[in-house]
Amino acid sequence: MKQHLLPAFRLTLVLLVVCCLIYPALVWAGAQLAPNSGQGETISHRGRVVGYDNVGQKFTRPEYFWARPSAVDYNSTGSAGSNKGPSNPEYQATVQARLDTFLLQNPGVAKAQVPAELITASGSGLDPHLSPAGAAVQVARVARARQLDAAKVQALVAQHTQHSLLGPDRVNVLRLNVALDELSSR
Amino acid sequence: MINELLGIGAIYFLTLVLALPLGHYLARVFKGEKNLLDFLRPVENGIFRLSGIDARREMSWQQHLVALLTINLVWFLLAMLVLSTQGSLPLNPDQNPSMAPDLAFNTAISFLVNCNLQHYSGESGLSYLSQIVVITFLQFVSAATGIAAAVVVFNALQTRATDKLGNFYNYFVKSLTRLLLPGSLVVALLLAFNGTPMTLQGKQELVTLQGDSVAVSRGPVAAMVAIKELGTNGGGFYGANSAHPLENPNYLTNSIENIALVIIPMAMVFALGFYLNRRKLALMIFGVMTVGFVVLLAPTVYYELQGNPAISHLGVNQELGALEGKEIRFGAAASAYWSITNTVISCGSVNSMHDSFMPLSGLTQMLGMMTNAFYGGCGVGLLNFFAYLIIAVFIAGLMVGRTPELLGKKIEAREMKIAILVTLLHPLLILAGTALTAHLYAGNPTEYAGWLANPGYHGFSEMLYEFTSASANNGSGFEGLGDNTPWWNISTGVVLLLSRFLPIIGPVAIAGLLARKKYVPESAGTLPADTATFGVMVMAVIVIIAALAFFPALALGPIAEHFSLY
Repeated sequence: MKQHLLPAFRLTLVLLVVCCLIYPALVWAGAQLAPNSGQGETISHRGRVVGYDNVGQKFTRPEYFWARPSAVDYNSTGSAGSNKGPSNPEYQATVQARLDTFLLQNPGVAKAQVPAELITASGSGLDPHLSPAGAAVQVARVARARQLDAAKVQALVAQHTQHSLLGPDRVNVLRLNVALDELSSR
Repeated sequence: MINELLGIGAIYFLTLVLALPLGHYLARVFKGEKNLLDFLRPVENGIFRLSGIDARREMSWQQHLVALLTINLVWFLLAMLVLSTQGSLPLNPDQNPSMAPDLAFNTAISFLVNCNLQHYSGESGLSYLSQIVVITFLQFVSAATGIAAAVVVFNALQTRATDKLGNFYNYFVKSLTRLLLPGSLVVALLLAFNGTPMTLQGKQELVTLQGDSVAVSRGPVAAMVAIKELGTNGGGFYGANSAHPLENPNYLTNSIENIALVIIPMAMVFALGFYLNRRKLALMIFGVMTVGFVVLLAPTVYYELQGNPAISHLGVNQELGALEGKEIRFGAAASAYWSITNTVISCGSVNSMHDSFMPLSGLTQMLGMMTNAFYGGCGVGLLNFFAYLIIAVFIAGLMVGRTPELLGKKIEAREMKIAILVTLLHPLLILAGTALTAHLYAGNPTEYAGWLANPGYHGFSEMLYEFTSASANNGSGFEGLGDNTPWWNISTGVVLLLSRFLPIIGPVAIAGLLARKKYVPESAGTLPADTATFGVMVMAVIVIIAALAFFPALALGPIAEHFSLY
């Protein structure tokens, strides 16, 4: 053991330089060529940064599309899921309550139109997306609150739906809401 | 749903296509044959010279183990020191505090042993210095340790009788320079170009579209996430791991990360075949592993796409499957696929919250860790499989009345004892740990109320999962568990240590003992180990030892929950 201690110590020091200095520096240098110099892509609206492309945020006002429920209330200095088990009675009551609230705030919507993502919390608590169905079910409410033509809002949703060959289709909520604000101010 | 299934098919296919040439390349690297990255030799020689190491000195299996354990001890002390003083060290823009001793102990061990159980949350629990010098560093070297140990076994299984099994430092450093560092660089850059942050700046404060003030955590994420996956470590930069939209921004990065974590364990199997020039044997091992993987994968994907029956009862649209704890951009199928790859392989990163999966999906996740040899962790997966292989050879030999031999070397009582001890240690640690904890909880449910986030069967599953994850060196969790308490930190810390080093020491010792024995050429009396029949035999051993030992515990947790829900 003794004869290995000194080499182990020295090798550790050398590898600290390689793995913790040279390697991150190379990644950092490469990332400078990436969008927004490797600091994450942001979205600007009316000359100010309103959020990150990939980080979901909270929308509670009726004139915005709402994102999914979040276990951390969209506090992006943390991140977590609810970690509730599927059979937990307290969890089932929470989901039921979310559904009731949603139906109340979206009159005219039938239960079967509400996709499960709108009453279940995401894994990160910062999910930036909705499925196209999750946006479609909110169109009537948003259009009413903004006194816009529902068809126009629906078209905006269609325009912001990202189709993909392999994964599920999705809508970025923040981008959609920014586009909505631009549409309303026009 | 069809495109979601196509998605996971594509991810698996791509992994396989990339793992084959990688296995070939690795065999050449560790045999010292000419290969693509030979231009790095001066760098490696420089590393050896600065460290005062003669990388050509051949070592016996005992010397390998002493070298391995000594350097691991050095890393442990380094990690403890940095974690418990990080609050007053530089590179801490968010002013996160130093860790309490029990949490520092658990974290240092957990990353040292390639487990990455995290009883803290990255955003608030670690400084950037710790993220780089402790977390990223240990993610590199612990993966390289596992690979180096596996290569010692490769070397020992050759047809000659010898004591000299190559040089530990040589295998270890080459695992870094020829595989983990260049691979991570590629993955990290791919991530950075897809929106994963790579910066030393702290949180960004901003006002949201609706007018709320929030802050967004950033950091040197891309560099760390790359080695987290490639080294089958699994400990995330952020609390939500690869479910976090900055750590895993889109379906493409999800596929890249998922391929990265499977590729080395898979390539190591092929590397074994190329190294020993026994491709049929590698094919048998790969076949058994793949069958085990698919058997666990299929029901998980099915149940997650079906959705939660309790939510179906509400009458809502559950076309996309069970979405509690999952992200829209990945969907239920890719989340289920990820969860099984991450549990059969001791990576343990998550892109969705396992606690909220359907009960039988929780069961398949746990079985993945309980068997711990379907692909398995970087290097160590193959070591675990090797122990099963020894047992299967011995039992099959006895059954047909032939001398138990593996690759021309006789398996005798001594090797058999070690293999049995190593394989039985795993159920012992998991079941004893869970039993003890359940006893504590049952004795005083009010005092330990903070432990469990869910009542009933699911609460039991949370405890069982935690010990399974610790003993499999996996690191994922049913994260509802309130696990940052002295009991959890210390008990799982001890389990981690035992379950990492004994399953490395055991197989390396067996291989070392076998290497010394005289080579007996194969004859009509040899039981061939590279046939499908023998594959079935190995699978039977795995099912009996690993799966059945856990059946009673699984019946109390996920199986009971399943029947309460369906």
